[in-house]
Amino acid sequence: MKPFVAAALAGAVFAIGLVVSGMTVPAKVIGFLDVGGAWDPTLALVMLGAIAVYAPIARIVQRRERPVLSERFHWPTQRGIDARLLAGAAIFGVGWGLSGYCPGPALTSIGSGATSALVFVAAMIAGIAITRAVDRSDGR
Amino acid sequence: MTEIAAIRGLCGGALIGLAAAVVLVVHGRIAGVSGIFGRALDGGEGQPFRQGFVAGMVITGAIAAAVAPSAFGGGVRGLPGLALAGLLVGIGTTLGNGCTSGHGVCGISRLSPRSIAAVATFMLTAALTVAIAGAHR
Repeated sequence: MKPFVAAALAGAVFAIGLVVSGMTVPAKVIGFLDVGGAWDPTLALVMLGAIAVYAPIARIVQRRERPVLSERFHWPTQRGIDARLLAGAAIFGVGWGLSGYCPGPALTSIGSGATSALVFVAAMIAGIAITRAVDRSDGR
Repeated sequence: MTEIAAIRGLCGGALIGLAAAVVLVVHGRIAGVSGIFGRALDGGEGQPFRQGFVAGMVITGAIAAAVAPSAFGGGVRGLPGLALAGLLVGIGTTLGNGCTSGHGVCGISRLSPRSIAAVATFMLTAALTVAIAGAHR
């Protein structure tokens, strides 16, 4: 029960951050990506604010032996920059640029009941399921 | 961008960074929304964390929409376009192991070369997509 409640609180703070910063307004996100148009730099400030808080804490935490509610740290294990990473990132960027939704703001927006977010997230689930099914058949 | 929007961006970003830091300190995990959501229905020890995090996000979205409906913008495209976009985001984040939060916030903070390469790539293709497909604002 403890990990669920602690994670729910973290998810809530994360979502409040997205709402406060305006990232649940797809047109605002598109405005950041519209470099040649009326550029809106807000998203860069959001990233800056997030990294300014996270980076120093992550640096200190790296020296600790274990997290509060888990046996160990689950650091990413993959290291190399491969074609799969770059292709995936490129495909993600196209979907993000088309819609102004990345996963965090989309999930927060389904709470608002907006049809646009519901359709986006349903299709996102399909995309995740298809990719994982292909991976399984390839034995990954 | 107005001054208020800039302050809200920085403060909202700080909250996102704080939440991600709590995830690391408490659960020992990377706060990447695509990875958390994509594996929320798998088995294994990380499930209470993943399901709790997703539930917290969605419920908070519902409360925020009730309190401040204008904080949520409508879709910038028709439903077929949004469905295509969602499909691409699902495929891309699964192949590339991350999105704006995992690679963007957490990966850049740790100076991960993989994440820096991913962020540069998706920023580029996203900007190109807006340039080609139109901003639709």
